[in-house]
Amino acid sequence: MSGVTRIAGTACPLGRANIDTDAIIAAEHLKTTAREGLGVHALAALRAEAGSPLADPRYAGAPILIAGENFGCGSSREHAAWALADAGFRAVIAPSFADIFASNAFKNGIVTVALSPAAVARLMAIAAEGPLTIDLDTMTVTTPFQDRFAFTLDPFRRESLITGLDEIALTLREEAAIAAFEAAR
Amino acid sequence: MTPRTLYQKIWDDHVVTRREDGTCLLYIDRHLVHEVTSPQAFAGLRAAGRRVRRPDLTLAVPDHNLPTTARTDAAGRPLPIADSASAAQLAALEANVADFGIPYIPAIAPEQGIVHVVGPEQGFTLPGTTLVCGDSHTAAHGALGALAFGIGTSEVEHVLATQCLWLRPARTLEVRVEGTLGHGVAPKDVILAIIARLGAGGGAGQVIEYRGDTFASMSIEGRLTVANMSIEAGARSGLFAPDETTFDYLKGRPRAPKAEAWDQAVAGWRTLATDPSAAFDASVRLAATDIAPAVTWGTSPDQVVPITGHVPDPEATPDPEAARAALAYMGLAPGTALRDVAVEHIFIGSCTNSRIEDLRAAAQVVRGRRIAPGIKQALVVPGSGLVKRAAEAEGLDRLFIEAGFEWREPGCSMCLAMNPDKVPPGERCASTSNRNFAGRQGPGARTHLLSPAMAAAAAIAGRLADARDFA
Repeated sequence: MSGVTRIAGTACPLGRANIDTDAIIAAEHLKTTAREGLGVHALAALRAEAGSPLADPRYAGAPILIAGENFGCGSSREHAAWALADAGFRAVIAPSFADIFASNAFKNGIVTVALSPAAVARLMAIAAEGPLTIDLDTMTVTTPFQDRFAFTLDPFRRESLITGLDEIALTLREEAAIAAFEAAR
Repeated sequence: MTPRTLYQKIWDDHVVTRREDGTCLLYIDRHLVHEVTSPQAFAGLRAAGRRVRRPDLTLAVPDHNLPTTARTDAAGRPLPIADSASAAQLAALEANVADFGIPYIPAIAPEQGIVHVVGPEQGFTLPGTTLVCGDSHTAAHGALGALAFGIGTSEVEHVLATQCLWLRPARTLEVRVEGTLGHGVAPKDVILAIIARLGAGGGAGQVIEYRGDTFASMSIEGRLTVANMSIEAGARSGLFAPDETTFDYLKGRPRAPKAEAWDQAVAGWRTLATDPSAAFDASVRLAATDIAPAVTWGTSPDQVVPITGHVPDPEATPDPEAARAALAYMGLAPGTALRDVAVEHIFIGSCTNSRIEDLRAAAQVVRGRRIAPGIKQALVVPGSGLVKRAAEAEGLDRLFIEAGFEWREPGCSMCLAMNPDKVPPGERCASTSNRNFAGRQGPGARTHLLSPAMAAAAAIAGRLADARDFA
């Protein structure tokens, strides 16, 4: 996976708390043995709702999604992260994320940016008026209106995102430690 | 030594290496694999020329997209799966376990079932172990004192290749329930009350330890129901300290330690309890006497009321916008009595509520009764072949069939709409499963989560009902 340090572009102001991974991709589409091609199903039911920002041409091709708290709750299906990535999303901004989704997102190069509810509300309000920039070096989200919101990321995940690390290769370098652990049991 | 919680003890026992930033390489003792979240992981291994490090610590079983109708013909030959995508996914699992030498329980084996029913039943799940599966309801195995959590497919691949995961320690959350549960109050009602208290995301970043005398007197089946739905409060894991009930449950299971190894194992397991002076990062207490038979009214598992209650006014809820959207989806008006809500479908099953005690509780309600005329489909789907045979030995299948239920083959069934068991759009299901998300049981399907006895009562009444009225 190639590294990512900066994501700049339109943000789609979806909002809504507790968007679950069934809503991100329905189970029907999990009967695949591939990771690719799931983008067309991403957030399909929410997209079909009247007035959905997901279907609004102003946000077409947006690389950033803004959502409510506990985004990605429910099923562990990594298909949710694959679908969002395939639909062009490189980052999700929300007040909080479900643990398994956040892990899956990061392993697919999608940055999960947790900001305060007030900051998320502000970004929702101005999403139609200009692009956002998420910078992993400075750990900030900035807007064309001089807003600047700092966020934190797990240091290991941040490093992995920036370097595009092959995590399994990293772990295989710990073979001696793993073997020693097994031998000591 | 610093006093430690059960979680911290299991964590410390499994750290292979620790990075300066606090991330640990954690050893994984047990890995359950099913057909849906594994094919891309095996493909990744093949693409990189990697092997499975410890097939002996891995166990595969298909469950999610298997049809729950007959799996063999009269001569015992396997019947094909009509859905070509499901058939392909099952074929991929069978090829992968063969290629990588992974122990496998085939779809037609008597031991086949839902991974989270099979693991404990086989003694594959043991106290003090770390256990993972590409499924969020892996939390269930915490009922036996295993640190168990759901993982994504990249992590499945990582565990297959290395038997480890990079993780940061979670915060600890004590959920303490004290007292005796009222008549007709089930473990499902207890966990629904806990989820209502914590909220759907309230346990994020935390591991729950369930404590208190209500849990001490609860069966392993009941604890599995509770731990299973930890994820519905946002917690990736939920733990119970192993005790005599745990040891009695596990003794003699096919994959549990035997003879001297058993005695040694039990001695070790007794040391796992949270130290008396250990501190939790947070603590929540509930009184058992405050917990009533419950049912969900919305599209998030924290949208729960007692069966004697009413659909809430969205303006009186913490998130009115979400409540309005939920009621619109559910086709419910504020103020409606839950007991006035008619249902067309009944689902008794899933990794939450498909074990023998669940089936006994439901059978007790349907005994000598018939499902209501308005019920279009009522399914009982045992969690495993062994549960099914045990229930049949007790005659429970006859009680269900005589009442008008269908008695099916084990699998995930109507919990998640990826096999033929689905709820049609706009129709309503009383379901013992774990998620009432929009579309979970099928596009447009409306789900009410409840206990097995409550699902049985709804089948008889044709509407949501209080199981205590059918005693």
